[in-house]
Amino acid sequence: MIPEIVAPRYDPGAALAIDGATTAAWLEGFLRDELIGRRNITRAVLGLSGGIDSAVVAYLCARALGPQNVYAIRMPYRSSSADSLSDAQTIIDALGINAETIEISEAVDGYLRFAPDADGRRRGNVMARMRMLALFDQSARLGALPIGTGNKTERLMGYFTWHADDTPPVNPIGDLFKTQVWQLARYLGVPAAVIDKPPSADLEANQTDEGDLGITYAKADQILHLILSGYRDANIVERGFAPADVALVRRRVDTTHWKRHLPTTALVSATAINEFYLRPVDY
Amino acid sequence: MTEVALVQFKPRKGDYAANLAALGTIFAQLRGAPTDLIVLPEAALTGYFLEGAVYELALTAPEFAADVNRIWRASGGGTVDVVCGFFENEGGTFYNSALYARLGGLEPEIVHVHRKMFLPTYGVFDEERFHTRGRKLGVFPSAFGPSAIVICEDAWHAITATVAALKGARLIIVPSASPGRGLGAGRELENVLHWKSMLANIAVEHGVYVLYAGLTGFEGGKGMSGSSCAISPRGALIVEAPALGECILRVTLDEAEVDVARSTLPLLGDLQSALPDLWFDPDLPLPRASREAVES
Repeated sequence: MIPEIVAPRYDPGAALAIDGATTAAWLEGFLRDELIGRRNITRAVLGLSGGIDSAVVAYLCARALGPQNVYAIRMPYRSSSADSLSDAQTIIDALGINAETIEISEAVDGYLRFAPDADGRRRGNVMARMRMLALFDQSARLGALPIGTGNKTERLMGYFTWHADDTPPVNPIGDLFKTQVWQLARYLGVPAAVIDKPPSADLEANQTDEGDLGITYAKADQILHLILSGYRDANIVERGFAPADVALVRRRVDTTHWKRHLPTTALVSATAINEFYLRPVDY
Repeated sequence: MTEVALVQFKPRKGDYAANLAALGTIFAQLRGAPTDLIVLPEAALTGYFLEGAVYELALTAPEFAADVNRIWRASGGGTVDVVCGFFENEGGTFYNSALYARLGGLEPEIVHVHRKMFLPTYGVFDEERFHTRGRKLGVFPSAFGPSAIVICEDAWHAITATVAALKGARLIIVPSASPGRGLGAGRELENVLHWKSMLANIAVEHGVYVLYAGLTGFEGGKGMSGSSCAISPRGALIVEAPALGECILRVTLDEAEVDVARSTLPLLGDLQSALPDLWFDPDLPLPRASREAVES
């Protein structure tokens, strides 16, 4: 018998591995260029939920702009978890960034008095949009650019409130899958309590992202990566994923393209914006 | 999916019968796992540096295929495809060839024979003294799909793989016998480094799988540098063998990888549209007459 070497089986996780130092340096460069280079703005403001996405963005902003130029706004609703608030405080203390807490309960409830039949989903959307409203107002007050904290997984799965979580003009982690955000968080030194807790939108009690989505982030990210790379569902199943998981992810992506675009505008002229009249975003 | 076994083989110089017997042992071992395609190196069953003994050991393609088929059938039932380098005697004209044959039937099916087009005749090499060069680069249906064989120096000319890809190849099989040279301060031989770089470039530029089977072992002081490997259509080294020592590399080829690589990096499609401008450039030193005139 002569020795045999078997090619390693396909490892979907390997394709999503990132180098923390390289990624952090790249994203810090991006933030400095977008804020200081392009807009001559030295301050950033972000909503700090206590979850991992906004924590990573806070770390990146502090490294890119200096902690004195970063403003973290905590915007709890009365039903928000107490842990969210304390986890956010841990991040604020660790980074030495500026912080404020703006309760959104009264504003949200003020509207909901006119919508007493609103279910959990509608209530969650109102809270998300109220946070967007507050964040942009604080941006104007502070002269600070709002920074987005949505990750690639939730963007692709449509797991966000349209024109709320996705509104800030700059987002350093929007092309990182959730599992890549975890990797980056470990490199940046985000506290373990924040990294290890189950991700949650914290809009309802005992809510978890993976419960809402019906699939783990680990699986979803790998399937999303293959879908975006151009593999067909049968190819993905051949790589060891359950047909039901592939179908779930494919359906979420295919039914949410609209959430990743600006509103659809009827084209009536030969000068339609973004159809005929084309200019790059940084022109 | 196509299950491939790349066999890095060390022949006994000039002992065709002993090498066939050794191949039988390897065939028996390969039956331990599903195998659709077996790839062996250049001059696998004779050794490479034969000089005038080429005339004594060269066979016709049907003779060679029949021998390999007999060995396969003796090792058990079933069918398999094989690529193997051999010295070919075609009516008194000698070629450094590799055949692609389907084994297992009473008679083997010869799907394709590639005759080496670029015969190194410099430095340590003396091929053109003993061989005639092949005149055609063919693409044929392998177990994986449209494929081409290029032998050793054939692959060192970028245009060879380019023509194969333009003719539809999605897999390029490279049987080789590469004497190791350039043992410098690095951990790898210079020629092996060069091979890996070229094979990856072939794969990336055309979105093709590349299978490289290298002869191993010393031939009169010249160490054949093995280093068999499989490269993905995106240029990633999937699996590789060391320079010295026989071994078998097992790798699964997936047609979808070619489609995805080509959709991500459509260089082959770009070349197809730009090719006439490059090819019919009057400054290019090519015959300008008809194809008939070129062949006359």
